[in-house]
Amino acid sequence: MDYFKQDLASLHADLVAKKMSAKELTQATFENIKATDPKIDAFLHLNEDQALAQAAALDQAGISDDQPLAGIPLALKDNLVTKDEPTTAASKMLENFTPVYDATVVSKLADAKMVPVGKTNLDEFAMGGSTENSAFKTTKNAWDQTKVPGGSSGGSAAAVAAGMVPAALGTDTGGSIRQPASFNGIVGMKPTYGRVSRWGLIAFGSSFDAIGPMTRSVKDNAMLLSAIAGHDDHDLTSSDKAVPNFAADLTAATSVKGMHIGLPKEFLADGINDDVKQAILAAADTYRKLGATVDEVSLPHNKYGVAAYYIIASSEASSNLQRFDGIRYGYRAKDVKNLEDVYVKSRSEGFGAEVKRRIMLGTFSLSAGFYDAYFLKAAKVRTVILNDFKAILKDHDFIMGPVAPTPAFNIGAEISDPLTMYMNDILTIPVNLAGLPGLSLPAGFSNGLPVGMQLIGRPFDESTLYKAGYAFEQNTEFHTKVPALGGQN
Amino acid sequence: MNFETTIGLEVHVELKTNSKIFSPSPVEFGDDPNANTNVIDWGYPGVLPTTNKGVVADGIIAALALHATVEQHTHFDRKNYFYPDNPKAYQITQADKPIGHDGWVEIDIDGVKKKIGIAEMHVEEDAGKNTHERDHSYVDLNRQGTPLIEIVSKPDIASPAEAYAYLEALRQRIQFTGISDVKMEEGSMRVDVNISVRPVGQDKFGTKTELKNLNSFNYVKRGLEYEEKRQQQVLMSGGSVRQETRRFDEKTGETILMRVKEGSDDYRYFPEPDLPALNISDEWIKQLDEAMPEMPTDRRERYVNDLGLTDYDAMVITQTKEMSDFFNEMVDLKADPKMAANYLQGDVNAYLNDNQVDLAKTKLTPANLAGMINLISDGTISTKMAKKVFKAVTNGEEPKAFVEKHGLVQLSDPAKLQPIIDDILDQNPQSIEDFNNGKKRAVGYLVGQIMKQTHGQANPQVVNKLLMAALNH
Repeated sequence: MDYFKQDLASLHADLVAKKMSAKELTQATFENIKATDPKIDAFLHLNEDQALAQAAALDQAGISDDQPLAGIPLALKDNLVTKDEPTTAASKMLENFTPVYDATVVSKLADAKMVPVGKTNLDEFAMGGSTENSAFKTTKNAWDQTKVPGGSSGGSAAAVAAGMVPAALGTDTGGSIRQPASFNGIVGMKPTYGRVSRWGLIAFGSSFDAIGPMTRSVKDNAMLLSAIAGHDDHDLTSSDKAVPNFAADLTAATSVKGMHIGLPKEFLADGINDDVKQAILAAADTYRKLGATVDEVSLPHNKYGVAAYYIIASSEASSNLQRFDGIRYGYRAKDVKNLEDVYVKSRSEGFGAEVKRRIMLGTFSLSAGFYDAYFLKAAKVRTVILNDFKAILKDHDFIMGPVAPTPAFNIGAEISDPLTMYMNDILTIPVNLAGLPGLSLPAGFSNGLPVGMQLIGRPFDESTLYKAGYAFEQNTEFHTKVPALGGQN
Repeated sequence: MNFETTIGLEVHVELKTNSKIFSPSPVEFGDDPNANTNVIDWGYPGVLPTTNKGVVADGIIAALALHATVEQHTHFDRKNYFYPDNPKAYQITQADKPIGHDGWVEIDIDGVKKKIGIAEMHVEEDAGKNTHERDHSYVDLNRQGTPLIEIVSKPDIASPAEAYAYLEALRQRIQFTGISDVKMEEGSMRVDVNISVRPVGQDKFGTKTELKNLNSFNYVKRGLEYEEKRQQQVLMSGGSVRQETRRFDEKTGETILMRVKEGSDDYRYFPEPDLPALNISDEWIKQLDEAMPEMPTDRRERYVNDLGLTDYDAMVITQTKEMSDFFNEMVDLKADPKMAANYLQGDVNAYLNDNQVDLAKTKLTPANLAGMINLISDGTISTKMAKKVFKAVTNGEEPKAFVEKHGLVQLSDPAKLQPIIDDILDQNPQSIEDFNNGKKRAVGYLVGQIMKQTHGQANPQVVNKLLMAALNH
């Protein structure tokens, strides 16, 4: 199966026309994975028997034209809980954990009759930007296996980029969909906070966490978002806004003509790699040529975003991760003398270094005497940053900029330098602070590594981002380039 | 040295809802451990709470019942701490914006009225329960997520007696709203107590101690009385009170040191990100306010002013809403209010105590008890006969039918009584002579003879009238 040559719509057409069965497609997907994943290490767990049985049942029932995603395989980031299938969040803490329920997105994919084939690697509990914080393995960049795939959804990004699966779900708390999408030359959408239910997403930063699609094209991405979005009674922070058929808007007539685009000067400031800058400036020219206007705008408080984010998200994480106490499920230390020992040893042994660092940071930020100076101050910064975005988006249809300051870096280069690692998120974090939708799509190359562009929209206006992304895709070639590894047969 | 006492009470009231505050699990007691739990109650990875709107409504009702201001823009917070019965390792509660604040209740001690301020009340979830057996501990999460309202008093309570009266006033008002059973013996009302004393004239509050294991209002009062004296003695002997938690011993009536508190716990409160802020509309408050049942204080006033009950009678009748509702219905059925009150306080309460049962769980009905009282009022039966009728009424029998079936009808017809009176007078000339000589006692003897002759069925009022007429003839 060559996923580099087919998008979801053409796979669907083949399935409906019975050019191949869902079972054949699923089998081919596992062959891709087995051929390629030894080089990439994107998957933590495969559920081959279950997937093949599901595909066979679909073939039996028949795939009709009105089920655009039926029979199509995809991968799930391993912090989305799956009933009766292991879910580890790439943590030793949950190494042997098998949930008893499905995340809402997993149920929705089942309703759409998609075929999940496995769970992908991530930074432990989604904390990190390189997937090196996984307790189990380090995933490699699909384009260069000495480079990181980005993170935390590095497994999902690399699996799609390497042609193992046509699509995957990732999660994005501070850039964890967009940055690995950028590093791997694919399309990643972090939807508006509340667009997709968080029920069944193992919580990291509850007020930021978003689930979104990672695909090879904008249209594929739009199709998948329509399938997973919508209000959920299990998640009171999910919005009851109607979910458009996003892909329906993406046609030959789709245009950015007359659109106003803002390009924040802070997004091209010092510290942003020249190739990245050039790619974004070139993209701005492309949009101008397509009839849009691109103005320089300013996000004056952008520089405070990283600090505010690491305080709030770590505070929430410190609370969310307390449930992993060794009592009811997950890892429990042996040779404990008393209750406190169960807590201290299980958590000391079960969590990795980065997770512990953030638990400590968050615990400190919430502590009596520090709360006002840290958590509360950060919450105020968050409002200020949201207002910066609002001011721009009042008279701009969307904002464009880079996703990350650099292309993918070497494995091992930054893992012992958390602050440098945190600064990689400087362009994605503000979008999470503001709860806005952000789309990452291929916009260039730097020394053979993909460079992504980020489009940031108004709340619940993913539609404009998809249109603008689609128009860009139709007029550029970046998305047609594929990595030089053979995963397809 | 003279001292003044400051008492603070934190009262947890368990709400009577069908489902838990943040999960659809049923609120039921006595089932198998962990039977009434789901993934939310387990604090399972990936789960989210959803707010039970009924609990928010109950919070508003409690605020209104306690004269508090309803906080219309509020939210939930997380209180973080590790314990096996606390599966998320945080409790969802309200910290900086409780649903109600600045309320009060009025207490009345021997006719002296005082308003006790309520600082705040907030809604929150209960924890599960740990049980320990030799080398094992067990966690039952059935109670996890049961909705609670915590009510925190202002430092207005100045004596153990006031604390008792405050608890009683609080219990009655909450009970009348119907949001909770408020029974300490069943755990649906729990009380945390702190107390400090200081020399009169000192501005700063004294160091307070916390008391545990106070399982009835009476123990609260006794525990506070002991602790008040203990602290005074410590201060008078030149010592200082330590900030500590003490346990009340029900057998000795003393408080015993459990642990010394050093500093305060840091619960790292912050706004619960999984739940949107609550915006409570004026309409919702108005709607709940209009549906609010009459409060015990209002009822007492009405009973005294309109129905002629004594303050004491009115107070006893309004101890529980059930009793008071029962009384209201009896009065609606034309039962004499004074007699109705007497029966409820006397025979009915005795019956409930003897059988250790709640009024609602008996076969007594307002219609039957009112029917019995009406039979007394219209002379059909005597109060003495009513003893038998009451017994039948407790078994659910209709009083009029019972009276007819057992021939318990009082003899009130003068035409039937006159011959009997004449006979008795004929047989007792001595008594007539005594009466004529001014010995009024003779009347009593004659009445007794008549009652004996009629096996107690003669109507004493009619007998008296006829007898006096005959004697004065």
